[in-house]
Amino acid sequence: MFLDMEQGKLIISKERFGLTIQRLCHQILERHVHLEDLCLIGIQERGVYLAERIKNQLVNMLGSQPFDYGKLDITFYRDDFRRRDTPLKAASTEMNFIVEGRNVLLVDDVLYTGRTVHAAIAALQDFGRPSSIEMLCMVDRRFNRHFPIKADYKGVAVDALDEAYVRVRWKEYHGEDQVLLFSGKSDS
Amino acid sequence: MSLSQLSTKHLLGIKYITKEDIELILKTATEFKEVINRPIKKVPSLRDVTIANVFFENSTRTRISFELAEKRLSADTINFSASSSSVSKGETLLDTVNNILAMKVDMIVMRHPAPGAHHFLAKRIDANIVNAGDGTHEHPTQALLDAYSMQEKLGTLENKNVVIIGDILHSRVALSNIFCLQKLGANVMVCGPATLIPRHIASLGVKVEHNVRKALEWCDVANVLRIQLERQDMRYIPSLREYALYFGINKTLLDSLNKEIVIMHPGPINRGVEITSDVADSGQSIILDQVENGVAVRMAVLYLLAGRVG
Repeated sequence: MFLDMEQGKLIISKERFGLTIQRLCHQILERHVHLEDLCLIGIQERGVYLAERIKNQLVNMLGSQPFDYGKLDITFYRDDFRRRDTPLKAASTEMNFIVEGRNVLLVDDVLYTGRTVHAAIAALQDFGRPSSIEMLCMVDRRFNRHFPIKADYKGVAVDALDEAYVRVRWKEYHGEDQVLLFSGKSDS
Repeated sequence: MSLSQLSTKHLLGIKYITKEDIELILKTATEFKEVINRPIKKVPSLRDVTIANVFFENSTRTRISFELAEKRLSADTINFSASSSSVSKGETLLDTVNNILAMKVDMIVMRHPAPGAHHFLAKRIDANIVNAGDGTHEHPTQALLDAYSMQEKLGTLENKNVVIIGDILHSRVALSNIFCLQKLGANVMVCGPATLIPRHIASLGVKVEHNVRKALEWCDVANVLRIQLERQDMRYIPSLREYALYFGINKTLLDSLNKEIVIMHPGPINRGVEITSDVADSGQSIILDQVENGVAVRMAVLYLLAGRVG
């Protein structure tokens, strides 16, 4: 079934990758009439890669950036602190706006157990009371959830065993845009 | 590969941690500094951790700074000071601490007048220990926050010249600073009257200077220490006035240099003795930044020690 443990199985090719991003942007525009109320927030670290891409694509389509854009690090809000095998390193939070009364769109690359999103929602409370929070992800592993959390916008839904892991690769960081599925346990 | 956890279970002194440990603490402190500048300055990381602040020696700044750091990490805290406790009834250090630990405390932040008190405890108890000052030995979190403040101002400490001026003999800040700055690649000089400079301090690889003007001409940063009035058990200096005259930092002296140096002071300041008010309150001084950074750095230390696995 899997081509190779090392290579992984291709779920989204680079050709489809751009189309998927475009579709996600159109879906955002379709739902958000008042873009000035929108806060696009990438979850550090990998969610930021996707958020950055979505932001650039939206700016391309609109010719300006009417919405706020930020990066949120959730390390200090995780529920597995002191429970993990390896501690996590904190990344930076860059949010120079408050989310009080705004429509927040959280962005992460893979939605898996839902714990990251749960922590992100907790972290967001420290920046005000948003009027709504939505979730966008590139990959939705829909049968592996630990919390009642769903994605409002998703690139692709993947049904895989708990042992498998999904990796989104980015042209800027890994050489090529693609989504891969691996059968082994993740190393990170 | 960069570390994601400290190599040590306790913070007993800068001497016992690595350069990578220091860099991890300073990097983590940057993220906490962002947190404490938010409208809501609190994160839930340490919500299941209880920390005891055990102070066998007086402290205002350090204790408040630790307490704030703990509260902003959502830890539960208890405060203990020797003067109002059973220590005055003759209880030993180990008994006191074991009694506190029996109430299920996870970490101990301790200040003690005896150098090495923390090492003694570290061998005998399980909880993480943070040294908040042990006699004239070390004060590691002060050195870390000093390094953080210098880095914030200068970028890197690599090859920067830092002079520590004042009572080096009685200063735990000086010793921790020397270790920390050297590990980060800075050149360190100590400057003060010969009676207040330990005899073999040059063996640590620091320069020794007795002329303040020469020291200031050499340095990028001057860390001015307090004359410890409580530790003048014998006459190390003839008078405070004479000290101020020969070793005090004043505006005229700084203005006569052909460069602008950074002025630091760990507090509390004896205004008019080691430093004049016009210097302490000038734009060159980062004394209040040091205090602000102290909370962020202590948050980083507590967070990293609590999160350490094994």
